[in-house]
Amino acid sequence: MGRALAVIIWILTLLTVILFVSKKWWFPPAISAHAPAVDRQFMITIVVVGIAFSAAQIGLGWMVWKYRETGARDRALYTHGSNRLEMVWTVITAIIFIALAVMGQSAWASLRLHDAPPGSYAVEVVAQQFQWNFHYPGKDGVFGKTDPKLIDDSTLNYVGLDETDPNAKDDSVTTALAIPVNRPVELRLRSKDVIHSFWVPPLRFKQDLVPGMEIKVHFTATRVGKYELACAELCGQLHFKMKSYMLVLPDDELRALTALPQEQFQARMGELLAKYQLPSTY
Amino acid sequence: MSDETHDAVHRHEPPKGFIRKYIFSLDHKVIGIQYIMLALAAVVVGMLMSLLMRLNLSWPGTNWPILGTLFPTGAPGGVMNPEFYLSLVTMHGTMMVFFVLTTAPQGGFGNYFLPIQIGAEDMAFPVLNMMSFWITFVGFVVLMSAIIFAGGWTPSTATVGPIGGWTGYAPLSALGQIAGPGQGMGMNLWIISIAIFCVGSLLGALNFITTLLNMRTRGMSLMRMPLTCWAWFTTAVLALLSFPVLLGGGILLLLDRLAGTSFFIPGGLYVNGLLSGVDARFPLHTGGSPILWQHLFWFFGHPEVYIAILPGMGATSHILATFARKPIFGYRAMVFAIFAIGLLGFFVWGHHMFISGMSPYSAVAFSILTLSIGVPSAVKTFNWLGTLWGARIRFTTPMLFAIGFVSLFVAGGISGLILGQTSLDLTSHDTYIVLGHFHLVMGVASIFGMFAATYFWFPKMFGRLMNESLGKFHFWITFVGVYCIFIPMHVMGLVGMPRRYSSFTEYDFLKQLHPLVMFVSIAAIITIAVQFVFYFNLFWSIFRGKKANENPWEATTLEWNTTSPPPHDNFAGVIPTVYRGPYEFAVPGAPNDFMMQTDSGAEVTSGNGGNGHKH
Repeated sequence: MGRALAVIIWILTLLTVILFVSKKWWFPPAISAHAPAVDRQFMITIVVVGIAFSAAQIGLGWMVWKYRETGARDRALYTHGSNRLEMVWTVITAIIFIALAVMGQSAWASLRLHDAPPGSYAVEVVAQQFQWNFHYPGKDGVFGKTDPKLIDDSTLNYVGLDETDPNAKDDSVTTALAIPVNRPVELRLRSKDVIHSFWVPPLRFKQDLVPGMEIKVHFTATRVGKYELACAELCGQLHFKMKSYMLVLPDDELRALTALPQEQFQARMGELLAKYQLPSTY
Repeated sequence: MSDETHDAVHRHEPPKGFIRKYIFSLDHKVIGIQYIMLALAAVVVGMLMSLLMRLNLSWPGTNWPILGTLFPTGAPGGVMNPEFYLSLVTMHGTMMVFFVLTTAPQGGFGNYFLPIQIGAEDMAFPVLNMMSFWITFVGFVVLMSAIIFAGGWTPSTATVGPIGGWTGYAPLSALGQIAGPGQGMGMNLWIISIAIFCVGSLLGALNFITTLLNMRTRGMSLMRMPLTCWAWFTTAVLALLSFPVLLGGGILLLLDRLAGTSFFIPGGLYVNGLLSGVDARFPLHTGGSPILWQHLFWFFGHPEVYIAILPGMGATSHILATFARKPIFGYRAMVFAIFAIGLLGFFVWGHHMFISGMSPYSAVAFSILTLSIGVPSAVKTFNWLGTLWGARIRFTTPMLFAIGFVSLFVAGGISGLILGQTSLDLTSHDTYIVLGHFHLVMGVASIFGMFAATYFWFPKMFGRLMNESLGKFHFWITFVGVYCIFIPMHVMGLVGMPRRYSSFTEYDFLKQLHPLVMFVSIAAIITIAVQFVFYFNLFWSIFRGKKANENPWEATTLEWNTTSPPPHDNFAGVIPTVYRGPYEFAVPGAPNDFMMQTDSGAEVTSGNGGNGHKH
């Protein structure tokens, strides 16, 4: 019985390790400036986790194998433990775990403890139940005023844009996100109704959109292409369908797009979404 | 306290009538069994819900005629709709966390065995104890009614059950029916059920703490208590400090829904075509904070994780020592680790909220505290391994489950090192790696602790042994099964699969995961099926199991000093006196390889279990 249990524990450990090491199912290739730091930290952590997991399971299996009752009349070892061992393993795990936690802050700090660099490309993101709305400032780079009182889904004014504001004249609102490649992007995240979450897996980036708050976040996308954008916070019945796309465009293509007036902007966005394909690594 | 005062204050005669004996009983043993029965009922409901979820994820759009009959609104024509799936998610989580993982380990086994293990005749407040069970039971009935009354058995008015997830994030949970299906009466009942549950748990916690501190028998110093008692005590303290916060939060949430307050609802919302304050269907709200709900919820919710698992840790320590035939390794370190986990457990709730919009600086602090809590968890694991080192292990069914607990605790807990890091949470938050992590560690490991406890204490509770062959069959399939279900979820999370999606067909990047989704579902179906072997074994053994003597496992603690099952006052009027620590196995020079705590054995000089350095 003891040997069978040991073997089962070892087999399960081995299969678990193989599942991770084979990388058959793994992160999508990264497309942001901060992603390599996140991935590196993940690799350091998974190596520590993998070693600790394997060592503990192999050790458990070994104890179970070696110390099974054999029918001999001798007794178990009579000991109540060892204070020195307790000290050693407490201190060692504390050092490793806290070191991991501290190292894990660097990518976070670069993204979240600093404002977006000056000159970032800004987009307002306004989520609502089962739809993403993106508000672009247009050629002047200034967002027109918005007001919840002006929101009217029936007239397609999803973000409550104030048409009387001169800054709003060249603004566009679409349901897909277009951003420049290799230039910092600032998203100003809002929600009209419940909590949603902005999630683009290859971007290694997620942030909740909270009603009543405007949350500013920033990142830099580094690879041109089209990527799926998902909602990652339960937002109601059709949460699983709250999908959009993020287009990362060469600078000139994006510049040409944002210079267009609203109706042409929409049409051009549709063309770009058709032009770019999702990464083949899916 | 002396035996005389003990008897005078707490002795009560066995009740005569059926109702006082089995229904509104004041006997902690009957109440413990009532809690266990409640958990056994709730876990079947929760498990069948997980089965339905797996069916929906693996075979979307399939017609299950029986569902069409049972849930005409949730599964019209037998095909589950998204809101039905989400109500399953919500009810499964609520059922399991509250009515299984909080009732069986603490209210069930704790109630039954804490007084006996410390040599008391009952809990300090038997009436409070009875009330805490029946209040909890009312909470269960209200939660079930959230499915039945709001869930589709009255088709004319039915929506589905609540769909806020077990975390019930506001404002989705606060806005009412304008926020979509599943936000009507079912959500009110869900909140009321949890509020009732909080009250029941508070009464229980007060009772546990008072009993343990005041009613230990002569010689039962704190450091001679079994580790189970330390775990139940710490759990009770956690419950006492955390449940009031959830109760308060729940009341505020209910007020937002029913009284038009705005604790969690900010101003200027535009929901489903309606602006707040313009139309009677959506009254004016202003000034609330959605993040406040998350703070209140997780201030409870994180300690709750330890409420679920600490009793399992206690049972595992207890059972490992017994069948290793060896004193527990590092008793004192184990006690400190339980305390450290309990204390740190109150300072880490923010790791659920790194990307919630909370200050990113507080995320840094929460992250470092979170990884610190891994230290006492690792210490416990090392000590369990230390207990097995040099042992003479007897592979009974409870021992198999206790060893399984250690394996699963490591497998599930260790991914906390990933999830607790702010940078890595950017990708892992709200994906399937979170599901894999917490199901393994707080769900399955805790349940393994309870399986171990059931097989171990069953002969004491019912005077008969459970069938070992069926028990071992149950162990092997379940142990392999839960690995097959929850380890693949980790890699699904790496790919980016979000939680709480009723279907994965909308996204290209999720298509590659289809084989894993199928694999997990098949493993789940097999594992669920095998649980009925456990149920059969349990109920069959109550009537037909092999008769058990007083101490079938040759164990050392006080529960094995009385008849199986124990008499109404636990020790038939003879209160035991304790002379030594709880795990005195293999004492050199002793006649047997175990020394009971009541064994005065003056000729043997053994340790008291409290001195870590003593050989």
